[in-house]
Amino acid sequence: MNLDYANKGQIVEIINIPDASIRAQAIRLGIYKGVKLLCSEKLPAGPVILQNRMQEIAIGRNLAKKISIKTIV
Amino acid sequence: MSSCHNIISLDIPYDGKKLVLVGNPNVGKSVFFNALTGIYVDVSNFPGTTVDISSGKYNDLYVMDTPGVYGVSSFNDEERVARDVILNADMILNVVDAVHLERDLFLTQQIIDMGIPMIIALNMMDEVERNGLSIDVDKLSKELGVPVIPTTATKKQGIHIIKTSLHKACTGNKIKGIDNLLDEVIDKVSVKSEALLVLEEDENVCSRNNLENKYNYREHIYKIRRERVDNLVKDTVSETNEGASFRTKLGRYMLRPLTGIPILCLSLYITYQLIGVFVAQTIVGITEEVIMGEYYYNFIMNLMGNFVSETSFMGLLLIGEFGILTMAPIYLLGLLLPLVVGFYFILSIMEDSGYLPRIAALTDRVLTSLGLNGRAIIPMILGFGCVTMATITTRLLGSKRERFIATMLLGLAIPCSAQLGVIVGLIAPLGGKMVMLYSMTILGVFVITGTILNKIMPGESTDLLIDLPPIRFPILQNVLRKTYIKSKQFLLEAGPLFVLGAIIITVLQYTGALEVITNSVAPITEGVLKLPKETAQTFIMGIIRRDFGAAGLNTLSEAGLLTPLQTVISLVTITLFVPCIAAIMVVFKERSMSESALIWIGSFVISFLTGGLLAQIML
Repeated sequence: MNLDYANKGQIVEIINIPDASIRAQAIRLGIYKGVKLLCSEKLPAGPVILQNRMQEIAIGRNLAKKISIKTIV
Repeated sequence: MSSCHNIISLDIPYDGKKLVLVGNPNVGKSVFFNALTGIYVDVSNFPGTTVDISSGKYNDLYVMDTPGVYGVSSFNDEERVARDVILNADMILNVVDAVHLERDLFLTQQIIDMGIPMIIALNMMDEVERNGLSIDVDKLSKELGVPVIPTTATKKQGIHIIKTSLHKACTGNKIKGIDNLLDEVIDKVSVKSEALLVLEEDENVCSRNNLENKYNYREHIYKIRRERVDNLVKDTVSETNEGASFRTKLGRYMLRPLTGIPILCLSLYITYQLIGVFVAQTIVGITEEVIMGEYYYNFIMNLMGNFVSETSFMGLLLIGEFGILTMAPIYLLGLLLPLVVGFYFILSIMEDSGYLPRIAALTDRVLTSLGLNGRAIIPMILGFGCVTMATITTRLLGSKRERFIATMLLGLAIPCSAQLGVIVGLIAPLGGKMVMLYSMTILGVFVITGTILNKIMPGESTDLLIDLPPIRFPILQNVLRKTYIKSKQFLLEAGPLFVLGAIIITVLQYTGALEVITNSVAPITEGVLKLPKETAQTFIMGIIRRDFGAAGLNTLSEAGLLTPLQTVISLVTITLFVPCIAAIMVVFKERSMSESALIWIGSFVISFLTGGLLAQIML
C-alpha cells in the first residue's frame, strides 16, 4: 500500500520511493527504504507528516501516493 | 578565492585560511558567526530565503557563513552555493542541533567523508534535557573522530570553548568502504574534497573536472551513511521521557486545518494591522508625505531649481513629476522602504519561529490544485506587501513551471499594500455587497487562472517534501539583523529599476507618447468597460505606480464621475492589470523574454476581459 493510506498514529515502514532525486533528498531527512516512522499527522487531502523521534517531515499528498509502505502497528 | 573554481568571489588572499560554518537550517550558525567575527550576518531557517554568503575575520582565519543545508549536493541554489564554499574550506565549524541529531549528522558525516578537518558545536543543549533526551557527548566525539563541544549559543554557553578549540579541528572517521571508491577518482579531481561528490553524482562537480557522471554511487553511499548516522544516534542518545511540550502541541495546532486556519487568519490579520494599517498609513504618512514629500522635495527643488528649468527636458527628467530625483527616491524611500522593512520583520519572525514551513504544509493542498505546492505561499504572502520583491522570492520554487505560474498569479491577482490601502479606502464606503463582488472576482480569477495554467502547462509541479523545525521563540536581534539585510538588498535591487522607470515615463510624457496611448485606449475604456474616458489616464498611471492608478480613481470617484459599480469594475481591472513598472522590470529580469511577455500580455487580456465581462453583466 502507499503512504497516502497511512493513518495518523500508525508506524509505517518505507518500502519504495520511485523517483531517484526524491529518494536522495528524502534519505537525508531520514526517510528511506526499510526505516520505520510514525505517521504523526495527516492533513485532510493534504500532506502526510512523518516523525522520527524529534524530527518531523511534511510530505505532499501527491508524493505520498507514490511512496509504498507497509504498516507495522 | 584561492581555488581554481572561482565561483564565489570574496576578498580572501590566496594563502588565507578559511573557516567555514556549516549546518542545517535554523541551528544557530549565525550566532557563532557573529561571536567570531562581530559583523552583521543574515540568518534564515527556510530553504530558499538565504543564498548570500557572509564573511569576516577571526584572528588569522577568514570566516565564511553558508546557507542552511541538509547535505552537500546541488538540489537547489543554496546547496550549490554552500557546496562550493564547503569544498574550498580549510576547516569546518559544523553547528549541529542536538535535538535533531538524526537529521543533522547526515551532513556532518558527509563532510567527514569529504576529508575536511572539522570541529562540531553541539548546539541547543538547553533543549536536550527539556525534550527528555540525554546525549553521550564523549562517545559521539570518539565515534565521529572529531571534537564535539556542547553549546547553547543563544545563552553564550560554550562559545568561548569553541574559540579556544578551533585548532583541534581534524579529519574524522569516514564511513566504511568508501576509501577504495575514493581512490578511483582522487587523482582525477583538482580539489581533493571533490572526489566524494564525483562519486555522489554531483553534475556540476563532475563537469568542471571534465569527468563523466558515470559512477552512480550516490544511493549506495547515502544509504550506508544514513545507516551509520542512525546507529550513531542509537548508541549516543537516550530518551528519558516523553517530551510533548507546549511548543510541540502548538506546532501541531498550526498544522491541523481546524486550528491551523484560524491561527493563520489571526497571523495575517495581525500582519495586516501592522503593515497595512500602522506602516502603510501612519508611518508612510510621515515618511512619504512629510519627510520625503515636503522636506526632501522642497530641498531638492530649491537645490536643483538653480541649475535646471523645471519645464526643460532635463528638468523633467531630474525633478519633474516622474523625475529621477523626485518620484524615484520619494516612492522608494518614503513609501516602499517602510513597507519592505515591515514585511521582512514579520517574515523573519515567521521564519525564525518555525511557523513558515507549517503554513506551507497547511496550504499545500490548496496550492497543489493551482500547479504549485505549499512553498509558494511565501511569495504569495509577500506579494501583498510588494509584488516586486515577491517576484524575486519565486526563486525558491522547485521548477521553472512553478516559478512561471507563481509569477503570473502574483502579477495578475495580488494587489500590493500600496494599492490595497487605496482600494480599501475606495471600496469600504460602498458597502458589503460591493466588497464581496470585488473580492470574489479577484479570488475567482486567481483560482481559475492557476487551475487553467496547471492544466495546460506541460510537465508536473514538484511535490512538497519539507522539514518541520521545532517551534521556537525568535531572537529579536536575529530578526532585526535579517530585516536590515533583506531591506538593504531590496533597495539595491529595486533602486536602479526605479531610476530606469522614471526615465522611461519622462521620455513618454515629454514626447507626447503618453497622451497618444491614453487616447488610443479610450475606446476600450468607454466601449468595453463602460467607464468614463478619463479612467484611461488612470490605467496608464497604474502601470507606473499601482497606487497612482488607484489614487486616480479616488479623484474620479470624489468628482462623482463613477457609480459604485463602475468603481468596482475599474478597481477589478486595475488590480488584475499588469503590476507596476518596477514589478514588470523584475519579471523581465527573473523570467525569460518570452515568458515575461506572455505574463505581461496575459495580464492585460485577462484584466480587460474580466472588467469587460463584469461591465456587460452588471451594467
